Amino acid sequence: MKNSLYIVIVGCGRLGSHLANQLSRAGHSVVVIDLNEDTFGDLSPDFSGFRVVGDATRIAVLKEAKVKQADIFFATTHEDNVNLMVAQVALKLFNVKHVLARVFDPRREEVYSQLGIETICPTLVAAEIFLMAVASSRAARGDVRP
Amino acid sequence: MKILLVGGGKTLYFLCQNFVAKGHTVVIINRDQEECVQLARQLSATIICGDGSDALILKEAGAMGADVVLAITPNDQDNLVICQLAALKFGVPRAIALANDPENAEIFEKLGVSAFSITHIVGSLIEQRASMEQIVNLLPVGEGRVNVTEIVLNDESPVVGKLLKDLDLPENALVAVMMRDNKPIVPRGANDLLAGDRVVLITLPENHGPVLRAFTGERI
Repeated sequence: MKNSLYIVIVGCGRLGSHLANQLSRAGHSVVVIDLNEDTFGDLSPDFSGFRVVGDATRIAVLKEAKVKQADIFFATTHEDNVNLMVAQVALKLFNVKHVLARVFDPRREEVYSQLGIETICPTLVAAEIFLMAVASSRAARGDVRP
Repeated sequence: MKILLVGGGKTLYFLCQNFVAKGHTVVIINRDQEECVQLARQLSATIICGDGSDALILKEAGAMGADVVLAITPNDQDNLVICQLAALKFGVPRAIALANDPENAEIFEKLGVSAFSITHIVGSLIEQRASMEQIVNLLPVGEGRVNVTEIVLNDESPVVGKLLKDLDLPENALVAVMMRDNKPIVPRGANDLLAGDRVVLITLPENHGPVLRAFTGERI
């Protein structure tokens, strides 16, 4: 079945485990990597993917997770620098086609988008939604100023 | 030179002391408030307390005008990001990262960041220097991809009495220069080798052992 993708997720926190559960349920092959085995407790009972315990900044751990074969690679740990490092390694060394990293610090995000690393900054995403709310409430009042 | 050091511990302390003694301007970035206070008391350097992988902190530390950034924190991912920010955002001409995990040295280089591994450096020094009495000097160059080794030939050396062109050396090895009676000779094939000659060899890590064995007869 070619519709099923091989997806590697680094970090099994709130975001990582949520993604892993959803994607596994959708029929994809999912591997989750986390330093701490306890975090795998957040995976749902029907999660059918693999769990790798280890530090993803070590190349041996990424090899164990077979990152080379991945279609998609998500870096979702709570540490920006870990996400940026593993995302670069996945993209440049393992040639994964689609790599996404969560980066909290907008100032860091800017540099890495220059490097070709696709980043998601929760701060900016949230800000955008808040600002959209402002814009739509202004539109409702008929205010056309920018 | 203006040098930016990011990290802590004794290595950073002594590096800073060393650079300051040589007349360089040093700025230290360290995350730990207490260590910053100690460093500020003991060193004549500017100390910035904060996360070196935060662009604002790098800016505050004057990264814009720095000649060198050296990231030696215990976390490889931080060292990588510090160097990338320094180079890409602030145009620092030389940013060097410590790879605590020796495997990361190669990875960082592939990602465009100069890196060194203390494990590699100390390991090769101990292996190569301590095991051979005849080696008087060893200098890894090109991030350790080339070794420059100075040895003194003694009577037991298998090459003594031979012409350079008759030596059976592994590939990619070169006798760069010889010192005989304190006179430097840039040798050619017709030069002979005598006991007491100081020979400077250029080798690669993969043929370093065999080349040294050919010259000294010793086993590593």
